[in-house]
Amino acid sequence: MSETKQFCTFYLGDLIFGIEVLEIQEVIRYQEMTAVPLAPKMVHGLINLRGQIVTAVDLRSRLEMPPLPEGQLPMNVVVRTEDGAVSLLVDEIGDVIEIDGDDFESPPETLHGVARDLVDGVYKLKERLLLLLNTPKTVNYATHPGADSGGRRQAA
Amino acid sequence: MTDELQQQLINDLLIESLEGLDRFDKELLALENHSGGAETMNIIFRVIHTIKGTAGCIGLCKIESTAHVGENLLSLLRDGKLQSSSEMISALLALSDALRGMLRDLEASGTEGQRDHSVLLQRLRDLQTATRSPAAPAPAPDAPAAFGLFEDTPAAAPAEHRAEPGKPAAAEPAQAAKASIADSAIRVDVVQLDKLMNLVGELVLARNQIMQNTTQLDAAALLIASQRLNLITTELQGSVMKTRMQPIGNIWTKFPRVVRDLSQELGKKINLVMEGQDTELDRTIIEAIKDPLMHIVRNAADHGLEMPAVRAAAGKPEEGRLTLRAFHEGGQVNIEFIDDGQGINAARVKAKAVERGLVTADQASRLSERETHNLIFLPGFSTVEKVTTISGRGVGMDVVKTNIEKIGGSVDVQSSAGLGTTIKIRIPLTLAIIPALIVTSGGERFAIPQVSLLELVRLESEDAHKKIESIYNAPVYRLRGQLLPLVDLSRDLGLDSRKSASADGAVNIVVVQADGRQFGLIVDAINDTEEIVVKPLGKQLKSITCFAGATIMGDGRVALILDVLGVAQHAGVISEVRDHGIAGDGKAAEKADNRQTLLLFQASLESCMAIPLSMVARLEEFPVSSVERAGSQEVVQYRGQIMPLIRIANFVSGAAAADTAEKDPLQVVVYSEGGRSVGLVVAKISDIVYEALTVQRSAARDGILGSAVIQERVTDLLDVPSIIRSADPTFYKAGIN
Repeated sequence: MSETKQFCTFYLGDLIFGIEVLEIQEVIRYQEMTAVPLAPKMVHGLINLRGQIVTAVDLRSRLEMPPLPEGQLPMNVVVRTEDGAVSLLVDEIGDVIEIDGDDFESPPETLHGVARDLVDGVYKLKERLLLLLNTPKTVNYATHPGADSGGRRQAA
Repeated sequence: MTDELQQQLINDLLIESLEGLDRFDKELLALENHSGGAETMNIIFRVIHTIKGTAGCIGLCKIESTAHVGENLLSLLRDGKLQSSSEMISALLALSDALRGMLRDLEASGTEGQRDHSVLLQRLRDLQTATRSPAAPAPAPDAPAAFGLFEDTPAAAPAEHRAEPGKPAAAEPAQAAKASIADSAIRVDVVQLDKLMNLVGELVLARNQIMQNTTQLDAAALLIASQRLNLITTELQGSVMKTRMQPIGNIWTKFPRVVRDLSQELGKKINLVMEGQDTELDRTIIEAIKDPLMHIVRNAADHGLEMPAVRAAAGKPEEGRLTLRAFHEGGQVNIEFIDDGQGINAARVKAKAVERGLVTADQASRLSERETHNLIFLPGFSTVEKVTTISGRGVGMDVVKTNIEKIGGSVDVQSSAGLGTTIKIRIPLTLAIIPALIVTSGGERFAIPQVSLLELVRLESEDAHKKIESIYNAPVYRLRGQLLPLVDLSRDLGLDSRKSASADGAVNIVVVQADGRQFGLIVDAINDTEEIVVKPLGKQLKSITCFAGATIMGDGRVALILDVLGVAQHAGVISEVRDHGIAGDGKAAEKADNRQTLLLFQASLESCMAIPLSMVARLEEFPVSSVERAGSQEVVQYRGQIMPLIRIANFVSGAAAADTAEKDPLQVVVYSEGGRSVGLVVAKISDIVYEALTVQRSAARDGILGSAVIQERVTDLLDVPSIIRSADPTFYKAGIN
């Protein structure tokens, strides 16, 4: 019997993702942001988190998904990384769930594109599949320089 | 004893002993010069005694026994049984290096290291029994220990030194480990901490008040509480900053030792004079300038000052003089290195620069004297034919310049052949909080650090089209006859230009300077100057060179701080290649000497006057109604202080008395020094110019330094200190206390 872990879950379109709770600093509502000119597309802006300046990464853009429909505001999932806090913008927050390690599987071979790089594996929940996001890779732009190219974004 | 406790004890020993050894060196030199007091010998003895005791306590036998030998010699000295000699001092200094080496090994590897000090120990033992036997020549100093130069200072080499784990304890790891323990800890005055604690207490009270009031909504009480909060925060900010401040003397303590070693090695006589050791600087800046300063000192000793015989032949005293001076001026710290050596040989510098391919022969022939001197800051430059161990390895002054510029400072060199060289460094007080101009472009706010700011130009709508000309779509503006390339900030940054058009069609140009080049940034609006707290950007944004960081504005939103150099490079105003200063055309070069930025104003209607802009803290307007009186003195309330006003027209003899019909509002030039301000009331602010200044006629009038022709008008140069002194004799004294 392997150990169980707690995951914070969130939604992007019709997908459900999870990040281990230990990596998460906090979850906050949408904040006013300062856009950064010349920045990579995935950087949505900067937020002021109690005096600390935190980069907000648009997770939809990072995963090459179409942008959130107009009028809908994303939520901030603030994760701890080696280089300080980074906020991930997600559509909606789900529950914190406890999952048994036995339910883990590597991502299927058919998964390709940027998701292949950023998804560490899949947890088989009762009703659906939870995608486990690799946060260091997600916030690290350098590992995937192609994410910024406009052509690929439109294709997605 | 647990490992943790042992490590803690070792850390304490390291901090205490390394500090102690610095003091030890200093006092030993005082002993040698007979400049020390009665306590000198006791201090020296106590340092070694403490090291011996503490090391013994935690089982560091090698350090203990080494210190013990030194202590034996010192106790004889202290009790007057032996007289100190230069030889003895050298041996004791070598002992201090040996101990330092072991401490650094201890820090790096946890052991006392493999160095063999038996030669040194024998030398110390011999000295105890020495009765000046002439037969025994001064033992050859065991080279690595006697000259601690390379351990002390990683000569500002461009390649970063990393401790290679495989390498045994030698000079290399000692360098890398240096920045660790003794430098990461800081000693804070208990009084300072008490004050901080008090302020934090006050802050908590103010918060409580505000929390209560928000529920009751009592406007008056809320106002009082917020004022209080404002005061406390300002004071708290000042206090916290102070804990980070350290006197520059802390890094200068090593210099006498270095100079002594150098003068012995080179056979020169050098008198090191240090002034302004108490000048305080932020700790991070102190760290950053440590190596560059050391390099300049060594350079001056090695290249600047001549051999005693040469000096005597030139009619100079045999002993060369190297003066270090630090002082605050205009919110910046100035550090000067003045030597009375041979000066920079312009012809040789040019020849060398041409030989190295740094400039062409044609360019070299057109360089002004000052530009020639500044060639020494170019990468790959070194004039010494003979590369000594001390300097001249071609990684010299360019690294000094790069390091100083990295922290927002500047370096300048002045030299006259045969008389000496002066190197001036200007650096900001702190890097954490900087004054900046806030501008708006494309609906976003940006902060431009004041250090890169020169002036602001506003063109009214009808003027704007005419005055902005373009050369192949590159907009330029004629600023006092010189072409100023313009960069549209919103276009350059790809901002939403629909939000850009300012309502009245006027164009705001922020004239900035980067890397010696001036250019104008067109922005939508200019908001205000503010003190901003610099915060770093995340890793995802590090590659954008246009931004130096971000800050949080009063409304809680984030604003980006522009890196003017980055913007210039992005917009193509400055090419990546640093070719300026060499490519400068001959005409500009002629003028380059003694140019400075001047504020032009009129004290009364006819006279035109100027003061250096560096003396001006701010330009303000005050309504006449806000002027109050304290005794016979006119004053205004300014930033929570009472600021005296001085009407220039009344003080400068010769200027017509002030017009009776007073202007409203008053135009005031604020001058600050030592935390006190004084307002100089003038009739009209005319312009700011950057011009060569030639004082043509020195005037005998009070309050005037002389006259010069500026912009084709005869302009009086105001002697601000003398005017302030005659208006308020206590100003300077009070400022010092």
